[in-house]
Amino acid sequence: MPKKRYSAFALLREAARYHSGWARAWASPQPKPRYDVVIVGAGGHGLATAYYLGKNHGITNVAVIEKGWLGGGNTGRNTTIIRSNYLQDPSAAIYEKARALYETLSQELNMNVMFSPRGVIMLAQTEHELRGYRRTAHANALQGVSTEFIGPERVKELVPIISLDGPRYPVLGGLWQARGGTARHDAVAWGYARACSAMGMDIIQNCEVTGIRARGGQVAGVDTTRGAIDCGRLGLVVAGHSGVLAGMAGFRLPIESVALQALVSEPIKPCMDVVVMANTVHGYMSQSDKGEMVIGGGADGYNSYTQRGSFHHVEETVRALIETFPIISRLKMLRQWGGIVDMTGDRSPIISKTPLGGCFINCGWGTGGFKAIPGSGWAMAEMMAKGEPGPLAAAFGLERFREGRFIDESVAAGVAH
Amino acid sequence: MLLLTCPCCGAEADETELQPGGAAHLTRVGPGAPDEAFESYLFHRENPRGVHIERWRHAHGCGKWFHAARCTRTLEVFGTYPAQITAPPQPIRDAIAAKHPGWAWKEGK
Ligand SMILES: Cc1cc2nc3c(=O)[nH]c(=O)nc-3n(C[C@H](O)[C@H](O)[C@H](O)COP(=O)(O)OP(=O)(O)OC[C@H]3O[C@@H](n4cnc5c(N)ncnc54)[C@H](O)[C@@H]3O)c2cc1C
Ligand SMILES: [Zn+2]
Repeated sequence: MPKKRYSAFALLREAARYHSGWARAWASPQPKPRYDVVIVGAGGHGLATAYYLGKNHGITNVAVIEKGWLGGGNTGRNTTIIRSNYLQDPSAAIYEKARALYETLSQELNMNVMFSPRGVIMLAQTEHELRGYRRTAHANALQGVSTEFIGPERVKELVPIISLDGPRYPVLGGLWQARGGTARHDAVAWGYARACSAMGMDIIQNCEVTGIRARGGQVAGVDTTRGAIDCGRLGLVVAGHSGVLAGMAGFRLPIESVALQALVSEPIKPCMDVVVMANTVHGYMSQSDKGEMVIGGGADGYNSYTQRGSFHHVEETVRALIETFPIISRLKMLRQWGGIVDMTGDRSPIISKTPLGGCFINCGWGTGGFKAIPGSGWAMAEMMAKGEPGPLAAAFGLERFREGRFIDESVAAGVAH
Repeated sequence: MLLLTCPCCGAEADETELQPGGAAHLTRVGPGAPDEAFESYLFHRENPRGVHIERWRHAHGCGKWFHAARCTRTLEVFGTYPAQITAPPQPIRDAIAAKHPGWAWKEGK
């Protein structure tokens, strides 16, 4: 499908003719009988994988198959925090790659993804956290990720609405990543989808994969609600539904799916221009361009596929945040929703070959994979094109659980983010 | 809000009173078992979109562990039973099968 460029000139032109000339952003094709590569899941990670398969490796006979609408999973349900201040080296490498790609993603995709590097603070509200974040700041310095441990005065300077002195959770300092921030989640999915469609790839929505066909230990294709589709290689990129797809392919995963929630308030005047995460109290907050306070909370402790979480988590999050931000105590909450996140034991993702030949999986991003979309797609595409994981993906293989080589981010990422 | 009846003290407890304990009836492996067996026991989970047999603790009540059978898609509860039993008892299996024809208990995960 020919792609018309978005530009200031295009806006002016369309303004002058009642916006009658905008083309569809992506095509809505019928599935073909066969593709070189089929990706299951049109979330950010699946679409980015397809995009970099085309862009970096010249593979464009690709279909991305989505059971709902593209970006309707966790990609369209998250609180859009982007940061790369992780503790372990493999994490720092892939999250920093992603953050760096976000900086120029709007130009790259010719779609305004509204990346806003407004800065992210992770508050230290216990002695334990204080030491943990100091350690992370040192680790980040060695990894070449620019972060800084800051004291309470600097926190107050950056976030005037914060209450520093408790009573239960005094702010002792914070880990500050000035180049972290937020982006528009839908636009990230739409931008990749539009670019994939322009390369001739098929994005097939409302099409659920119901089975995976194999021949002699090699993947042969998928069964879908819109018929069978053959493929040479298969990528499973379905976040919370990874266990279901792995079941179809005949293997098990070190993953459990739980509900994670977020909520937004009524819009108010600009009052906070950075992202603040308070991990001790399981809450984090930023202000959207519309003025809503965007609040993320804790995950349920039990397996769930319901895309709505337990109410008491909302209560806990809001109760704790009010102590840290007294100004929000009278805000009305407008909307609340949930997504199904795929949790691994070490809180790190899986980018891996699988026991089924030609079948690759990208999952386990859990509560924090929006920030990773460009880097993850880059690494997954490299693995799918070459058949072996490249340097970014290598540490994230499934075998790490058997071999005891965890990438333990449960400290750095002890909370949803 | 999830409500489970504790089979030990009989109280109907809501989830704020309970501590989730993950998938139930895992076959524990011992010293000398191969790495694959440890990997499976420690990490691999069925994670079904549907019937899930799991462990819970009545943490802010009698303190005892117990089992529950639940649907992860609808949050329907099929019943609870004591912790000492190593597989779902027949009445629980019947309650599940009534809603999920074809569902069968698989031993030794
Ligand atoms: C409330 C909440 C807040 C979050 N906040 C943040 C944050 O601030 N920062 C951050 O970095 N991350 C955050 N995350 C995590 C982030 O949203 C996810 O890690 C990321 O979006 C995962 O993207 P994905 O493409 O892997 O999955 P998804 O976007 O979920 O895409 C998977 C797709 O697969 C499709 N699918 C499933 N089964 C099938 C099938 N059988 N056939 C066809 N298609 C199928 C689904 O419909 C879905 O569209 C948050 C998550 C939630 C829920
Ligand atoms: Zn009890």
